[in-house]
Amino acid sequence: MNPLALIGRTLLDFLAAVGQVAWFALCSTRHCFLPPFYLRQVARQFVDIGYYSLPVVGLTALFTGMVLALQSHTGFARFDAESAIPTVVVLSITRELGPVMAGLMVAGRIGAAIAAELGTMRVTEQIDALTTLSTNPYKYLIVPRLVAGVFVLPFLVLVADIIGVFGGFLVCVYDLKFNAANYIAQSWQYLEHRDVASGLWKAAVFGYIITLMGCYQGFTSKGGAQGVGAATTNAVVTASILILVTNYLMTGLFFAGK
Amino acid sequence: MAPVPKIDLSGLVKGFGSKPVLRGIDLSVNKGESLVIIGGSGTGKSVTLKCILGLLRADQGKILIDGQDTTRLRGEALDAHQAKFGMLFQGSALFDSLPVWKNVAFKLIQAQHLPAKEAKDRAIATLASVGLSPEIADLYPAELSGGMQKRVALARAIAARPEIIFFDEPTTGLDPIMADVINELIVKGVREVGATALSITHDMASARKIADRIAMLYEGRIIWHGPTRDIDHSGNPYVDQFIHGRAEGPIKMQVRRA
Repeated sequence: MNPLALIGRTLLDFLAAVGQVAWFALCSTRHCFLPPFYLRQVARQFVDIGYYSLPVVGLTALFTGMVLALQSHTGFARFDAESAIPTVVVLSITRELGPVMAGLMVAGRIGAAIAAELGTMRVTEQIDALTTLSTNPYKYLIVPRLVAGVFVLPFLVLVADIIGVFGGFLVCVYDLKFNAANYIAQSWQYLEHRDVASGLWKAAVFGYIITLMGCYQGFTSKGGAQGVGAATTNAVVTASILILVTNYLMTGLFFAGK
Repeated sequence: MAPVPKIDLSGLVKGFGSKPVLRGIDLSVNKGESLVIIGGSGTGKSVTLKCILGLLRADQGKILIDGQDTTRLRGEALDAHQAKFGMLFQGSALFDSLPVWKNVAFKLIQAQHLPAKEAKDRAIATLASVGLSPEIADLYPAELSGGMQKRVALARAIAARPEIIFFDEPTTGLDPIMADVINELIVKGVREVGATALSITHDMASARKIADRIAMLYEGRIIWHGPTRDIDHSGNPYVDQFIHGRAEGPIKMQVRRA
């Protein structure tokens, strides 16, 4: 094929895919505000996405906070700035690492699970069956996941923030022999409301991205087991990339020039 | 005056990309009648059903249900249209996350808002009508054999007493005895509910048993239709080749699916 035609075809395919995702997002979001609401399904997703993600998010946050404290100490000790470590840990965790690490871990756990479940339902005609049973698949399958993603991720990130800061505390106090009271006081001293709030806003957006990409990839999958496998991979990869890009954009929005 | 057909298709055309699948289907089914569409794999049988249901949008032509044009319905009008149908899917398409009774009572609970106790009683009564005991009501679909899953799917299709029932390859994958049991249950179930039935199959034993009339679909067009008793002397070489399962004849097997 002519290289120019190949580039053109790739670009057109990409734009078509972006358009399809945007249309899917629009339809799904619109259904979030229109009855009927399947509250039992929403509650189930709160448990699946929120409660069952707590161990993986908690462990990730703990070790991220611990390694952050260790690495900061290695660097700051060279110019006697160890006292800045609590501030660096708490700001890094609340602003960036808490939401991003939690987002990436949930994308791996939940994005993949959603894509696999909906993809299997698609290829076994269970989604068509829903329609013949007078149930709108957007409302029954997608809305509960989107709603749970948007509301549960901030909660998970709040837990990750607390555990992450605690991880830094553990390393500094028990390994590097910091004074515990001083460490806590230092952590609070420069922490502002918007440091935590920005992370929680990011988390809500990440929750939307993760569940949307999982639902989209699963809902549109085809071709049997191979198609479901591809949908699962695509859900995790696209959600992860979008989380990183959105994180940069939102950081710019919240903290540019401040 | 002739009665208005329950289902009336005229000039139905549907393609995917550059590939035409339905090339102008003209077909009608009267109220209370059981019509079976036969045809090889990839001839457009499933696409026809999905167009009537509104799961796919026809490119051209008209679909009339009770004389009302349903070809371009959207939103609540489409939901109301789809509420008239029940469907038995080829692979049963049971929801594996729900026990058997909730599968059968799904439409009663989600769309007709029956209390759980009443819905369960109706589900158990419907299961009994397809020869299944109350003990299986609390099992999950994965715990059942293929034949039992098919019976549960049939119970689900008739539980809400729909006006029109579609049967998509109802006997595929079943042994001949279980296939005959399912055929008899279909005939009995449709008669009890008083529904109009439209089935697609390439199992001629099944077609002969459940059909009042048979239509043959080939390359996106209805090439023959008539009463079941006339199928053996249709005078159509395509029909003759198909019903006798001969490799030699005017029908050339399609390699790719439609």
